[in-house]
Amino acid sequence: MTEQFDYSLVDWSRAQFALTAMYHWLFVPLTLGLGFIVAFMETIYLKTKNPEWKRITKFWMTLFGINFAIGVATGIILEFEFGTNWSNYSWFVGDIFGAPLAIEGIMAFFLESTFIAVMFFGWNKVSPKFHLVSTWLVAFGANLSALWILVANGWMQFPAGMHFNPETARNEMLNFWEVLFSPVAINKFLHTITSGYVLASVFVVGVSAWFLIKKRNEQFAVKSMIVAGVFGLLSSLFLAFSGDTSARLVAQKQPMKFAAFEGLYNGSHGAPLMAFGVIPGEKDSTSQNYLSDIKIKIEIPNVLSYMAYLDPNAFVPGINDLVDGNKEQGIMSATEKMDRGKLARKALREFKDAKKNGDTILYNQLKAKFAEPAFQENYFKYFGYGFLNDPKDLIPNVPISFYSFHIMVLFGFYFIIMFALVLRFIYKGSLFRKRKFLYLLLFSIPLAYIASQSGWVVAEVGRQPWVIQDYLPTVAAVSQIDASAVQITFWLFFAVFTALLIAEIKIMTKQIKIGPTEGGN
Amino acid sequence: MFESLSLLALQQYWWIIISLLGSLLVFLMFVQGGQTLLHIGKTEMERTILVNSLGRKWEFTFTTLVTFGGAFFASFPLFYSTSFGGAYWVWMAILFCFIIQAVSYEFRSKPQNFLGKKVYETFLLINGALGTILIGTAVATFFTGSLFSVSDLNSSRWEVASHGLEAALNLHNLSLGLAVFFLARTLGLLYFINNINNRPILDRAYKQLWLNAIPFLFFFLTFLIWLLVRDGFAYDPVTKVVSMEPFKYLHNLLAMPVVTVILLLGVVLVLYGLFMAMFKAATKGIWFTGIGTVLAVFSLFLIAGFNNTAFYPSTFDLQSSLTIENSSSSKYTLIAMSYVSLFVPFVFAYIYYAWKAIDKTKITEEELNNEHHKY
Repeated sequence: MTEQFDYSLVDWSRAQFALTAMYHWLFVPLTLGLGFIVAFMETIYLKTKNPEWKRITKFWMTLFGINFAIGVATGIILEFEFGTNWSNYSWFVGDIFGAPLAIEGIMAFFLESTFIAVMFFGWNKVSPKFHLVSTWLVAFGANLSALWILVANGWMQFPAGMHFNPETARNEMLNFWEVLFSPVAINKFLHTITSGYVLASVFVVGVSAWFLIKKRNEQFAVKSMIVAGVFGLLSSLFLAFSGDTSARLVAQKQPMKFAAFEGLYNGSHGAPLMAFGVIPGEKDSTSQNYLSDIKIKIEIPNVLSYMAYLDPNAFVPGINDLVDGNKEQGIMSATEKMDRGKLARKALREFKDAKKNGDTILYNQLKAKFAEPAFQENYFKYFGYGFLNDPKDLIPNVPISFYSFHIMVLFGFYFIIMFALVLRFIYKGSLFRKRKFLYLLLFSIPLAYIASQSGWVVAEVGRQPWVIQDYLPTVAAVSQIDASAVQITFWLFFAVFTALLIAEIKIMTKQIKIGPTEGGN
Repeated sequence: MFESLSLLALQQYWWIIISLLGSLLVFLMFVQGGQTLLHIGKTEMERTILVNSLGRKWEFTFTTLVTFGGAFFASFPLFYSTSFGGAYWVWMAILFCFIIQAVSYEFRSKPQNFLGKKVYETFLLINGALGTILIGTAVATFFTGSLFSVSDLNSSRWEVASHGLEAALNLHNLSLGLAVFFLARTLGLLYFINNINNRPILDRAYKQLWLNAIPFLFFFLTFLIWLLVRDGFAYDPVTKVVSMEPFKYLHNLLAMPVVTVILLLGVVLVLYGLFMAMFKAATKGIWFTGIGTVLAVFSLFLIAGFNNTAFYPSTFDLQSSLTIENSSSSKYTLIAMSYVSLFVPFVFAYIYYAWKAIDKTKITEEELNNEHHKY
């Protein structure tokens, strides 16, 4: 770890990772959900033997294939960027973080890549049942790969099942099951994959609506809508449930992120939920806060306290409480945490020097110190704070966190209503006549992508400055390369990903216009 | 089961797994080699046959590369942080080669594909040519060393501004890069011969075999002989001090006769497969040459990391060199990962089963005309 931080390098490295992750996440959620939707459709085909269902399956499978390829292309970069751009991170927590990545490869990627070949090329080569099993395995494989990477991400948000080894100067895994079954990891997995199911359902419903608008392939469109509508409604209901749990976990494990996305500057008992708010662009000089006051807002009393702690009168700390500390509520100030973190870092430096100088007595003393629960709890717990120079560094970008969170929640509830209406209109047989509603469904497709991206923005921007919550800030995790090198690769990635995205959209659009054919092309 | 193993035994077990994945990756790069040979298809249909033949396998190579990276991260994270974070340009160039490959199969023949068929075929060519040479060059640094340092807090720094590009200026590295390139092309041709039933393509493939197998043998032997006579990076098993040792890699072969047998068996199988294809017009050469490739590359990885050898040496600061002992994950993580590795035979089994089902019949023009999903 270095003392001299190149903030330009950190910013470009973050930008490159964010760019890759956001492009990757344009494609992955559709893969996660469409895999299951296609599997449902093929199952119906095998049960009913109705060739219309085979046509439907093949059509959506073609779109799945186009989307899958570009998801793979962007995914490989993410894995290797942990090393290329975050090399200190790779060592500091590689002992824990690397394992899920390797398991992802062994258990999930091979499953996907093997059976996707059968899924696409096996129609005339394997038995219908084997083909169906392959389609299901592709869907499970995709979701299994999401499990491992989300476990890894969940661990970064809430580190568990590890200890610090001063000999190796890194965190080491103590309990694999605590990492795998950490409540944050499990919730993150469920919430994220379900968001993929919702996005894919919105996509299928929206594209099907286009066919109805054009009065083409109407049976195909309605059948597709029924499958996606049911899947989407169930998924969006579960999404709301898992989102509620997620918010509670964030309130407990990452209170600063929670305060940022709720726009809560000053904590209080019976804290209100801000349903809507506008953050001024410029700093208000009269504000007592580190940030601009939120002037225009609609609040619902006590709801935030209830959401966070299931108690309408519970105290919810705000950004100011977390930075300045709040003795009454037993919240330590950021300055105190930074001092303790610096002491922990100093102890590690002294330990290493003692080893180098052959000072066995001091070496053994310090080694024993690192093993003491009191030192771990009172000092090492704040190790990451030792890298920070200003208490305000702890505050993530509030406007981005706030708006992303509210956009995500708003669209989440909108999709529940949308799917319910789709199913109701299909049941009543009136969907064909509701042209405005059909247009609304079509134009809801980008909303699903915005909501999905917003979710990741909340998760990742909201947890800044941390790569590993409380243990490692981004400034200390970055690879020691020139900022200009990262700038060059950033723009190269940007150009390539954008070109490929344009290609994908054009190909997808064309395939949709071609529509379902006998061959499925 | 794995709990009873010592930390060193676990580190060795994981080096074997990394070596196995690395050797499988080199074999599977027949896909990359094949991508540089699309010109042997003279008509549109012939090129489509070639692309579709490779297109049903590209994901295996891609997945093996990703798993290789993931397994390296999990088992030897200090290598991951040092090499990837240091040799930035080489790894980024390799990654670019693979980004453009992943979409090219799916997008190539689709209408309204924005860039046009030629561009996607060029992407495949770049991936096949540059990807193989760069991977070979990067792996050669396991024997020739790189310019980096690692602090006592295990923070690494690349000590030359070219961040990995300097590896391409080393002739020994390049000899392996070119050997891998021509090997991939040779394997690609053997794969076409085995997988495609189209006389004109086969005739041209047999002819091309000569043009690629001979350069491969030349560069491979250059690399191997050079390796056996050069100084290597040894470390003392007690003090862990790294030092240069003349003929280190030759010594490793002599000290590990099993590895020598694997290497020789691999070389013999590679040559036998080539002989069968080049002189007997056999179609099953890929299996012999492929298995031989896996064995030969596997043995090279073993002599890079075993017998007290630094597998990722630093020529800037010898004591910063990475060994399987100083760069590995903790014992607990290696044990946990070892249990996961028990899935590997199961993975092989279903890959074999699915592959067999898809390759029941050879690719022909007629088969492609009836295919719903075509690249």
